[in-house]
Amino acid sequence: MRYTLFLYNNEADFADASPDQIQQEMAVYGAYIDALKQAGVFVDTDWLQPSATATTISLRDGSRRVQDGPYAETKEQLGGYFVIDVPDLDAALVWAEKCPSAKYGIVEVRPSAMPA
Amino acid sequence: MTTPGERVASLARSSYGKLLSVLAAPSGDIAAAEDALGFAFQRALETWSDRGLPDNPEGWLLTVARNRLRDAYKSAHSRNRVPLDADTEMPAPAEPVSVGGIPDKRLELMFVCAHPAIHANVRAPLMLQTVLGLDTKRIATAFLAPAPAMAQRLVRAKRKIREARIRFDLPERSEMPGRLDAVLEAVYGAYAIDWDNADGVPAVDDLSGEAVYLADLLAGLMPREPEVLGLAALLSFSAARRDSRTGPGGAYVPLADQDMARWDARKLAYAEGLLQQASRTGGIARFQLEAAIQAVHCDRRRTGQTDWPAVAHLYEGLVQVDPTVGAAVGRATAIGMAYGARAGLQILDGIDPALVSGFQPAWATRAHLLRALDRRPEAADAYRRAIALTVNAAHRDYLVRQAATVTDAAEI
Repeated sequence: MRYTLFLYNNEADFADASPDQIQQEMAVYGAYIDALKQAGVFVDTDWLQPSATATTISLRDGSRRVQDGPYAETKEQLGGYFVIDVPDLDAALVWAEKCPSAKYGIVEVRPSAMPA
Repeated sequence: MTTPGERVASLARSSYGKLLSVLAAPSGDIAAAEDALGFAFQRALETWSDRGLPDNPEGWLLTVARNRLRDAYKSAHSRNRVPLDADTEMPAPAEPVSVGGIPDKRLELMFVCAHPAIHANVRAPLMLQTVLGLDTKRIATAFLAPAPAMAQRLVRAKRKIREARIRFDLPERSEMPGRLDAVLEAVYGAYAIDWDNADGVPAVDDLSGEAVYLADLLAGLMPREPEVLGLAALLSFSAARRDSRTGPGGAYVPLADQDMARWDARKLAYAEGLLQQASRTGGIARFQLEAAIQAVHCDRRRTGQTDWPAVAHLYEGLVQVDPTVGAAVGRATAIGMAYGARAGLQILDGIDPALVSGFQPAWATRAHLLRALDRRPEAADAYRRAIALTVNAAHRDYLVRQAATVTDAAEI
């Protein structure tokens, strides 16, 4: 069963991060990705640029509407995701809890709706 | 001689949750299992009236429900492919499974209902519906919720269990304490809601019996867990005194004034037994302490008086393990009774005012203590605040009568 972990956090927390701190953060996530891979549950991941770089687009009655900014202006913004493959919700929650982001942000766990 | 209809009704009570848990566990699809089991009970009513009861009614029900489930899946599957043919018509029930062969997954089901991923406000309703088979309307009435809103909550929770795949397993040992607390809290919630609504709700919608049934079931399934036994004891003590809480005309009667002859001796003995069993398992916590407090109160039957120092001592323990405002106020009452109103008031004054300003029992306790000290204007003020916070009509009437003893009744 595939679950996606959505990583929400306050971007202001990282605004002033030094290159060293970013390097450190990447190493922490690298270790987490290694653990997921070793357990054989890793499917996919990405780390996103801040929401200021986001652009939204929608089509209504054939007209294309493009706007600067994220879909919702909230304090916590989507900063990345992991897709994992585990047997059940409890297993997904165990991995979500280990995600470095859980310590300072919020991790939302959603089951996949796609047929296996 | 019982009729097949009565047998089906009694089986529904004793077997519903057991059969549902076994049917739902493999797929996690509670709604589909409920439909199949409802169909099986319907078939039982029709078939058993004609042919009499089978040797193994539970096994018969399970077999019919399983066939129904399988057909439901098959037809859902074939809808996408070819039209139904004669082969997919419901077959006659296969060989019934043996009595001993039915596993009991009710404990797993209760842990699913109180899973942390399920909203706390639907855990008790979900448990009442899946373990005891109560219909949504009855649950909604007891929880003072509109039936459509309750139905939606239940449907959403079942869908989440299925779609997010919350498995029918017992928690790991390391997670057990927290997960078990949630189960106990849900069962307690099913009981407490009824207690709060005791005045306006007709007897037919009384769910306290169901909550006691859940607590007893849990005690039977986890006989080594002291808090499980403590909760079952607490609810049984409380249920034993239920009828004596109201006097003529539905008036509220506080514990100290209750007619002990109206207490249910059988339930009290059962509760005391559970509490002793719990104390042998070692480790003491919230529900055990609350049950022990009830046990001291009920001991008035034997001794003729309440051992308030013992109650106060137990509250000392309770505020340590369960530091809630309710326990703190209970402690103040007990100390007031054991060591004088002045001592009780001192304890009450020590509680964070922000916690007690909107808490009815704190104002009622303060009023009683001030009245005992003959500080009448302050007592009258505390009664006024308590009355303003009281939802239950019988409780309010009681407080109004009490308030009248310290003031001109017209002022209230």
